[in-house]
Amino acid sequence: MNLYKYASPSAFYPLAGKMIPWFAVLSVILFAVAIYFGFIVAPEKAGDQNEVYKIIFIHVAAAWMGMFLYVLMAIYAGIGWAFNARLASMMASSLSITGAVFTLLSLVTGSLWGKPTWGTWWAWDARITSTLILLFLYIGFISLQSAIDDQRRADRAGAVLALVGVINVPIIYFSVQWWNTLHQGATIRLLEKPKMTSPMLIAMFVMLAACWLYSVVVVLMRVRCIIAEREQNAAWVTEGTA
Amino acid sequence: MSAASAFGMFRWVVVRDLMLAWRRRADVLSTLFFFVIVVSLFPLGIGPETQLLRSIAPGVVWVAALLASMLSLGRVFQNDEQDGTLEQLLLTPQPLYLVVLGKVLAQWLVSEVPLVLIAPLLGIQFGLDPNTLLILFVSLLIGTPILSLIGSIGAALTLGLRGGGTLIALLILPLYIPVLIFGAGAVDASINSVSSQANLYLLGAFLVVSLVFAPWATSAALRISLE
Repeated sequence: MNLYKYASPSAFYPLAGKMIPWFAVLSVILFAVAIYFGFIVAPEKAGDQNEVYKIIFIHVAAAWMGMFLYVLMAIYAGIGWAFNARLASMMASSLSITGAVFTLLSLVTGSLWGKPTWGTWWAWDARITSTLILLFLYIGFISLQSAIDDQRRADRAGAVLALVGVINVPIIYFSVQWWNTLHQGATIRLLEKPKMTSPMLIAMFVMLAACWLYSVVVVLMRVRCIIAEREQNAAWVTEGTA
Repeated sequence: MSAASAFGMFRWVVVRDLMLAWRRRADVLSTLFFFVIVVSLFPLGIGPETQLLRSIAPGVVWVAALLASMLSLGRVFQNDEQDGTLEQLLLTPQPLYLVVLGKVLAQWLVSEVPLVLIAPLLGIQFGLDPNTLLILFVSLLIGTPILSLIGSIGAALTLGLRGGGTLIALLILPLYIPVLIFGAGAVDASINSVSSQANLYLLGAFLVVSLVFAPWATSAALRISLE
């Protein structure tokens, strides 16, 4: 089977259509499992925090997705620019919206958690600020692309901006160690025993997987719309062969 | 293509842009006065308490410098694009990297250096001590070239777009944040009688990195915009 044929929008459009229901069902199941572990299995108190800590399951997943999707968007945009691959550029445009939504979600949930825990809605701490900057970078990417009428130029200009902005993502990650302020240090480290109990870890990782699958679903749905819009004059769309 | 001709090109771009700027002195002065006025507005908005003004001075001066650089950046490539010069520059055999570097250097000399020179005077208005004024001057001297370098990427990306002025701010201001943090941090450290070295070194590191990568990204963006 020649996988490269799916780099063509006309071949990818029906494939994406077939994949969406599968990922959607899996995503719903995983959300259900994550909510079960998060609300029922996980202990009611974590340290000195009561039930309010449970917002971190979605908060952490959303924050991770916000960062991952930015990198993924930059990779797709870079591929689209370097190899002149239309579909990759369309994927980058599609990912930018979902990434921005997750970043906003992580800021909102963080602030809802911060009020009862730290006693403040917002703190100018390094990691919160970097996440805010990440949101600004998404907004810059989206507004640059929508300001350019020529589609080819929009894709490539977006690629340059995304690749320049991707420098910011490691800064977000290391900012905790650099400035070390109010935000608690990273709880999950690769080489150390995690400081959380296992049901909490399960809930968090299942939630992350659910968010991944959700992203796949909405990104594919959006990229189908983008394909249909940009290829509206192509023969395979007007004749309805796909 | 010899190295001499490449540097000849670089020198030509710098000299030409400086001459053009000299013939339109009003543009340069308007950026400078914008900077002075923005900084002077803060005491009026916040109140004349010396202690408070002294503690906000680093941030105020640095944010004003960021905004002022936004104003002048829109013009870096605009005029050349409109009269077709930019297209010719892209076609020259000399590396575009040097052309961009020349234009950025000229923009920095024309629009940013006056700000750096006048900043200590504004610092006096905010009650900063002589040592801190020196740090303010040095941090701006190292930091403003970074603003010009990173800003040129945004200027190239938004070339010829409607609403280019606000768009460039959306794209570039988030990328300026590390410069703001370390630049204002250096001055802040000096106010609190702590060594500013770490912040200044980090600014220097940013300058080196952006000197290497930013003109390259700007060149790529110019080729995309003028395709």
